[in-house]
Amino acid sequence: MNLKKKYKELISKSDRSTRENPFVKWLLILIAMAFAAVFLLLPIINVFAQAFSKGFGAYANALAQPDTVAAIKLTLIVAAISVPLNVLFGIAASWCLAKFEFRGKAILLTFIDLPFSVSPVVAGLMFVLLFGANGLLGPWLQAHDIKVIFALPGIVLATIFVTFPFVARELIPVMQAAGSSQEQAAMTLGASGWKTFWHVTLPSIKWGLIYGVILCNARAMGEFGAVFVVSGHIRGQTDTVPLHVETLYQEVDPAAPFAVASLLAFLALITLALKAWLEWRTERHHEAAQHPPELPLVVDTSHDTERFARGRA
Amino acid sequence: MSIELHNVSKQFGGVAAVKNVSFSVEDGELVALLGPSGGGKTTVLRMIAGLEMPTEGDIFIRQERVNDVSVQKRNIGFVFQNYALFQNMSVFKNIAFGLKVKKWKRADIETRVAELLELLELKGYEKRYPHQLSGGQRQRIAIARALAPKPNVLLLDEPFGAVDAKIRQELREWLVHLHHDLNVTTLFVTHDQEEAMEVSDRIVIFSQGNLEQVGSPREVYEQPRNEFVARFIGVMNVLECEVRNDMARLNELEFPSHGFKEGEKIRIGFRPYSVQLSPDLGAFRYKAILRHTYFLGIMLRLELELPSGLILRSRMTKEEYAKLELRDGRQVSFQIRQYRVLGTNGDTLAPEVAVTHDLSANLGEGI
Repeated sequence: MNLKKKYKELISKSDRSTRENPFVKWLLILIAMAFAAVFLLLPIINVFAQAFSKGFGAYANALAQPDTVAAIKLTLIVAAISVPLNVLFGIAASWCLAKFEFRGKAILLTFIDLPFSVSPVVAGLMFVLLFGANGLLGPWLQAHDIKVIFALPGIVLATIFVTFPFVARELIPVMQAAGSSQEQAAMTLGASGWKTFWHVTLPSIKWGLIYGVILCNARAMGEFGAVFVVSGHIRGQTDTVPLHVETLYQEVDPAAPFAVASLLAFLALITLALKAWLEWRTERHHEAAQHPPELPLVVDTSHDTERFARGRA
Repeated sequence: MSIELHNVSKQFGGVAAVKNVSFSVEDGELVALLGPSGGGKTTVLRMIAGLEMPTEGDIFIRQERVNDVSVQKRNIGFVFQNYALFQNMSVFKNIAFGLKVKKWKRADIETRVAELLELLELKGYEKRYPHQLSGGQRQRIAIARALAPKPNVLLLDEPFGAVDAKIRQELREWLVHLHHDLNVTTLFVTHDQEEAMEVSDRIVIFSQGNLEQVGSPREVYEQPRNEFVARFIGVMNVLECEVRNDMARLNELEFPSHGFKEGEKIRIGFRPYSVQLSPDLGAFRYKAILRHTYFLGIMLRLELELPSGLILRSRMTKEEYAKLELRDGRQVSFQIRQYRVLGTNGDTLAPEVAVTHDLSANLGEGI
């Protein structure tokens, strides 16, 4: 313990000699803080200020409008369909990318990243050109009376497309780090593929998965561009919450769009809080794995401390 | 017969990792699969476990052909090189996993886990998680987990690879004791010949996918079937000689060797302990200077330089060394008591040709 203290002292001393001028440090911190306040914090505060500008009654009233309720419902339905589908896809894709070697691996990886590099409006347009009345599959869909564009299926498709990478991208590094020996061990002990997945794989990727789901959900509920193109923007029918905010903004009541927008702002804050909590948790978990807590039952750590001492000497 | 391999081969892509390997393991044996890395030993172990499928050949476990039996149904215990403990489960749950999967009753599971923790000296650790254990403890948990469902065979991949030298030695002895107590057929992979010699009943030696020799530690040491085994197991002096008048010659050294063509190149090998020294220059036929002495604890290794510049290695105990009053730089005479013809022009010899030639009258000192 004494040695550790000394070591820490040594580190802090060497730190001091290489430390920046305090003036520069504070200037940089000030710039970063001011930037964040003006561009990030102020707009959010403004949203809430505007939303509540005519009192809580007006706020509640704005949210209770039938069109607003319909938009909230639609958004929840879209998220409830697209997030689970992307979870399934994300697990399958990251599994095969992390555990198998195959031709076209690099191509699959690139495909997963595609939605990040394509403008959402273009993504929406792609679906219109494919499923729209004049699109490739349009006549066939019309003949069978299936509505995709300007209806729920189109909105879900566009949402899945833009939220496609979130879960897979989070899971690939987690799965790669875990390797496949734990799964093999489970199999040698007689566990079937499903049991292995449920008891061994899933717990080891649990936190990465939750992280991915949170980001995926935030994007699914907040997507504007792609959904705008495929939904037709029909008030009370195909308007999701972000689209409805835009609709309300074109109208007379200045508080209503902000009231609805405040819902999305809430979602953003909750997502942020969950994300921060998860990151804090994984970090702590890592630390615990690297420095096991002092345990009364450990047989003999004396030569470990010896080695520590020698290493520092 | 617990495990049998018949002409087993394994190809990865176009690369042959294991080539036409056959051997068998008796019930209750402790067998080492030994070889340099890339020798195919781990692939053989994984094929026995069912984690890899052989490209050709048959594998039998307890007389049953298991080629088409899935890894889950083979009833083997496998200990991975990095232990592969379930990170999210406590020690208890790790050991109980295989029993739960096999639908043992709760009470039976508890009894069995307690029994194993007792056996592996890990009592009181049930609630720990793998990251709270030392390397040696993790390995014992991995072995306990593999043993829990009472497997037909225990397979260990480089069991001592990931722990430091001091714990390694303890674990080796511990494995021997464990095997003695349980008497479960055990195969383990190692690249360390000393470890294989010390721990196992028999050694299976691999090199580049080929099975080089199967035998007890003493057999492979004293009767290596070819040059690879001779060089891999222990230290050996190997000399490239030319045959003239039924004598293999290199510089001043001569070895009686019958049955070879005049002018044929053959390789002669002998262990350091076969080189017998005397400070009395008239005692033996050859002369040399003692260049350097290496202290290896109770044994010493000596480097001899012959007048022609040839370097040979000898070996003796501290007591012998003291008795002979040897010193670095001193002139000595020596003879070679035992040697083997290892091969001709790169070919290894059939076992019946590679017999040991004995030159000394009083043998029986052994290794």
